[in-house]
Amino acid sequence: MPHDTTIEEAKPKIREFLARFFGDHRIADDEDIFATGFVNSLFIMQLVLFVESEFALTVEDEDLEIENFSTVDAVAALVTRKCSAPVSS
Amino acid sequence: MATRVQLTPEQAAVREEYESFARDHIAPHADAWDRSAAVPEEFITTIAATGYLGACVPAAYGGSALDAIGFGLLNEETGRACSSVRSLLTVHGMASQAIGRWGTAAQRESWLPRLATGAAIGAFALTEPGAGSDVKGLVTTARRTEDGFVLDGAKRWITFGQRADVYLLFARLDGRETAFLVERGAPGLHVTPVRGILGTRASMLAELELRDCRVPAEALLGKPGFGLTAVAATALELGRYSVAWGCVGLIQACLDASLSYADRREQFGKRLRDHQLVQRMLADMATGAAAARLLCQQAGWLREAGDAQSVHATWLAKYFASTTAFRSAADAVQVHGAHGCGEEYPVQRYMRDAKVMELIEGTTELQQTTIAQSAYVGHAPARPATAPAATSNAASADDEKVTA
Ligand SMILES: Cc1cc2nc3c(=O)[nH]c(=O)nc-3n(C[C@H](O)[C@H](O)[C@H](O)COP(=O)(O)OP(=O)(O)OC[C@H]3O[C@@H](n4cnc5c(N)ncnc54)[C@H](O)[C@@H]3O)c2cc1C
Repeated sequence: MPHDTTIEEAKPKIREFLARFFGDHRIADDEDIFATGFVNSLFIMQLVLFVESEFALTVEDEDLEIENFSTVDAVAALVTRKCSAPVSS
Repeated sequence: MATRVQLTPEQAAVREEYESFARDHIAPHADAWDRSAAVPEEFITTIAATGYLGACVPAAYGGSALDAIGFGLLNEETGRACSSVRSLLTVHGMASQAIGRWGTAAQRESWLPRLATGAAIGAFALTEPGAGSDVKGLVTTARRTEDGFVLDGAKRWITFGQRADVYLLFARLDGRETAFLVERGAPGLHVTPVRGILGTRASMLAELELRDCRVPAEALLGKPGFGLTAVAATALELGRYSVAWGCVGLIQACLDASLSYADRREQFGKRLRDHQLVQRMLADMATGAAAARLLCQQAGWLREAGDAQSVHATWLAKYFASTTAFRSAADAVQVHGAHGCGEEYPVQRYMRDAKVMELIEGTTELQQTTIAQSAYVGHAPARPATAPAATSNAASADDEKVTA
């Protein structure tokens, strides 16, 4: 059984994914991804797909708040929140 | 990226089913539908009965929830017969998928069963008079009222807009791009047919005017601000995937038509198929069909796996397939000579339809600039994500910024 993902486990994976888009710009964990100007209109979909497949979860319509995706911290928080949500057995 | 080349036996079987449906129910009528600029209602009933309109609807709501390759094969075989019918699958699929993916439980329960059976037809309404490729320029507005929203603005070039029962429509709410489900009967919504379009003539395009158009609170789909980045983007991604496969069918149709014509027609004492410069055109069509099909299959397998790479793979597939379709169609007309310009052969329709494929779901130029920019993703030497900052070198300062 997979254990709950912690913030410390999630963050490096998210940073590594983002690094592909940011070239030599190193994004700070609390920096607004969308304000950097580095990402195009396809980025959010790629981010959602990454989060879903990497952490084996489903991003639902209620998770679709820009605040959940705008920083590394926010994405990590979303992932840990969703991974620790009670699952019906 | 490794990918599987072979279809599974099940996929090969459904492909045959789609092919025979298109051969019996679409291809014989495609030229007439093109001339009359409409797909008849009886055909919508016929295709609805097959369940094909439920391709993008989850099984729980009565859809057939085709896997990515299955949906691709359906689009290929349909597009081989008639690009207008394929475009119905595209926009209906986009609306269905958006509701299934981002809709509330109530929206899913209300719309998906009807979309699955074709009792309701869905369309996609993003483009405006002033906002084409640059969708961020959309100016249609939504404002809140006590019991819902009021929409004002105009939408152009809406495929099957004349026929649709529900529009996945985008407007600015408090300045933020937002998706709405607007029903055909909504007060203040005016639907006007678009006449005389170059290609996909039977796709029943419409222009929508929204004047004080009132929709209920339940019309809001997804969150304000995510209309373009999530809802439209995922719908367009599906649309692009569908068009890419449809273009494979179109290239195949050009090849089929040219092979058979070049086999029969004689000039200078031999069949056209024996003239080398004609062979060049046939060879390019055959190669183009095979290459475009492989790119679509790869995009399909990556989509199926939920791989983030699928986004890029779909762009490659649509770009290659649509540009190849136009070249193939122009060559198919060339192979047919004057006969290619008349109504007796479908190749002039293929050429007009293929030009549309280079405009919809991202123009050729937008594909080119986006693909080039994406090629830079991962191009920089890999560094550990945790490496200390401030190691940027002189070259990086010149890095192009990627914007929408
Ligand atoms: C048959 C048909 C069906 C359609 N169906 C629908 C539908 O169902 N729903 C919907 O919402 N829309 C639909 N559309 C609209 C379609 O999506 C748009 O036509 C498309 O987005 C391009 O916009 P535009 O036509 O305004 O061209 P523009 O964006 O004005 O572009 C004109 C030219 O300039 C080029 N160009 C623009 N920007 C750039 C740039 N940054 N760099 C380089 N070149 C650039 C383009 O590539 C193109 O060659 C349909 C169109 C057609 C023809």
